[in-house]
Amino acid sequence: MAGTGKAHLRRPEEVLLRVEDLVVEYPAPGRKVVHAVSGISFDVKAGETLGLVGESGCGKTTTGKALLQLLSVTSGSVVLDGTDLTGLSPRDMRRARTDLQMIFQDPISSLNPRRKIGDIVAEPLQVWGPHSEVEQVRMVDEMLEAVGMDPVQARGRRPHEFSGGQCQRISIARSLVLGPRLLICDEPVSALDMSVQAQILNLLGDLKADYDLTLVFIAHDLAVIKNVSDRVAVMYLGKLCEVAGADDLYDHPAHPYTGVLLNANPEPDPEAPLDLEIREAGELPSPIDPPSGCRFRTRCPYATEKCAAEEPMMRKVGDDHFVACHYPTL
Amino acid sequence: MPAENASTPGTGPVAVSAGSPLLRVDDLHTSFHVAAGEVRAVRGVSLTLDRGRTLGIVGESGSGKTVLARSIMRLNIGGNVSTSGNVEFEGRDLLDLPLKAMKNLWGTELAMVFQDPMTSLNPVVRVGRQLTEHVRSNLGAGRGEARQMAIDLLREVRIPDAEARLRAFPHELSGGMRQRICIAIALACEPALLFADEPTTALDVTVQHQILNLLGREQRDREMAMILVTHDLGVVAGRTDDTIVMYAGKVVEQAPTRVLFTEMRHPYSEALLRSIPRIGQRSHTRLSAITGRPPDPIDIPPGCPFSPRCPYVQQKCREEPPPLVAAGDGAGGASHLSACWYPVGTDAGRDAFARNLADRLPQTVVVAEGSEFAESAAANAAAEATAANGSFEGGGA
Repeated sequence: MAGTGKAHLRRPEEVLLRVEDLVVEYPAPGRKVVHAVSGISFDVKAGETLGLVGESGCGKTTTGKALLQLLSVTSGSVVLDGTDLTGLSPRDMRRARTDLQMIFQDPISSLNPRRKIGDIVAEPLQVWGPHSEVEQVRMVDEMLEAVGMDPVQARGRRPHEFSGGQCQRISIARSLVLGPRLLICDEPVSALDMSVQAQILNLLGDLKADYDLTLVFIAHDLAVIKNVSDRVAVMYLGKLCEVAGADDLYDHPAHPYTGVLLNANPEPDPEAPLDLEIREAGELPSPIDPPSGCRFRTRCPYATEKCAAEEPMMRKVGDDHFVACHYPTL
Repeated sequence: MPAENASTPGTGPVAVSAGSPLLRVDDLHTSFHVAAGEVRAVRGVSLTLDRGRTLGIVGESGSGKTVLARSIMRLNIGGNVSTSGNVEFEGRDLLDLPLKAMKNLWGTELAMVFQDPMTSLNPVVRVGRQLTEHVRSNLGAGRGEARQMAIDLLREVRIPDAEARLRAFPHELSGGMRQRICIAIALACEPALLFADEPTTALDVTVQHQILNLLGREQRDREMAMILVTHDLGVVAGRTDDTIVMYAGKVVEQAPTRVLFTEMRHPYSEALLRSIPRIGQRSHTRLSAITGRPPDPIDIPPGCPFSPRCPYVQQKCREEPPPLVAAGDGAGGASHLSACWYPVGTDAGRDAFARNLADRLPQTVVVAEGSEFAESAAANAAAEATAANGSFEGGGA
């Protein structure tokens, strides 16, 4: 990724969310700067699911939080349905967040342990919703039911009485109760058991259809990403490597990094060919001092001098298939 | 490295006949006594493992896989733990061994790599000392000799710039590096049996791949036996000789890994495999989720523990716990065991499924809706159900 560029963006009027040149930097000790996200651009159409995949430290969670303006964006724009969120006052941003919700990785710690489930799900309504309490209770019950919980049983209980999968259902209910248009899911299933993970993924698929949701789904698991996404963006060290339709990306990976990720994914198939070679510990370079040119070049088998000197730009290699690489494998 | 020289002075004579397994576990039970009652984490597990072989133990959280590994190594310490059964390792009964003798086995004969490389190293001690301390106390090596061994080990686990790394503190290293250090420590005294308890769960997929390859290569080169505990069927596939699937403290299926994946007999193994999203599937493939969740280990239902979630469940399953018996005449032969009254892939199983589908049992319907299944078994089952119960299906259409 290693690269920047906007060739993969669609026309602004076609999309619900358009992120351009997003940069998020944090100060580090010694007057250094952590380049968490370095100029990425992507867009999501209404009703589409964009999968954002990459290793830990690649900036995918930072990107998710930046969409919601939960952290301060260094530069760039996040345009939701014509409104640039980065320019909003805190007051207007609060209002805008009713359209934009997030669910987090750890379902248990994202619920207040001292509050009852009914109150947790009702809180967004108490801030923005209809003011009649009867109406609020009805909406909470409806939402709990939609995520597969029994509202009568759940309403009066507290988070510790529920399993991780159930807590994730409650988080989803809370995030959807205001009827948002865009839901950002940050590793929503990585803390769950395999059998529960499938339940939550199916639930998200159902809710997306029922509530006309647009999803940005952040995960490190390639198979999970493929299952939920219409379009997938691969991230590496604060940059985008490759953007393509979900099936196309996995069938024809064009970026060497996508290939590395796919090759490392453990398939539950004993006949699958196993590459047993052990490489020197290929570590993610520090985001404080990222490599010049293509950021993936230090781990890339195809890297040449050109990769160090020149940053690859996003370019089209197929129908709705874009890659930022000087030597794409396609 | 020869595993045969494994006998350690001070732990008694080792009389191992050529044919006897390295490890034999017989009817192992482990319980924890807590305020709410007795948590029965492991409920009668038996297994054998030969020298140089690899065994995968697969299960969800709470299935008892970690407690099983720790019980074998006698790492479950505390006043509220009770363990019964037999653990025979190289002819010695580990459960009867005094703790002091057990201590001599840790590291030299049995070693473990834990899940969380962040917390399994001492944060205030340099990596070098954590490696050499172990080598020195267990093998009685001198300072210089131990240091050289440590450097060799770090090189072996592919840590670049090994000499410099000896002076590093754990926090200066990445998660993958730390797990390599943990593996180096575990391998230092050439154990005959290595437990790897979810060694890669906390790591990124690319790092996981490297660590698993490293473990596989070390296991092969040292002719060391390895037990790989994981929740991920993808990790055991292709990396272990045999696999055990655990559920609610019991072994529900056991087979050579290849056989397990091709001829699954237990509905839980099947359900677990089917609920995993695969890269080979098209996007938006509907997953066959397992409904419900595992039983409360304090209050395990009578009968088969999986029965409340099982798409094949019949009345018998709710009443009588199925024994772990030979799974039939498949390729696995006598080494393929399964604990189910209505096994997958048999006529009894197909009939049970068809009956449940006709009765619209929720967990069965969910499975039948799973696309991959719809193409194969469910199509047959549904066809059979239609034939057997035409009026119902006709009415529902």
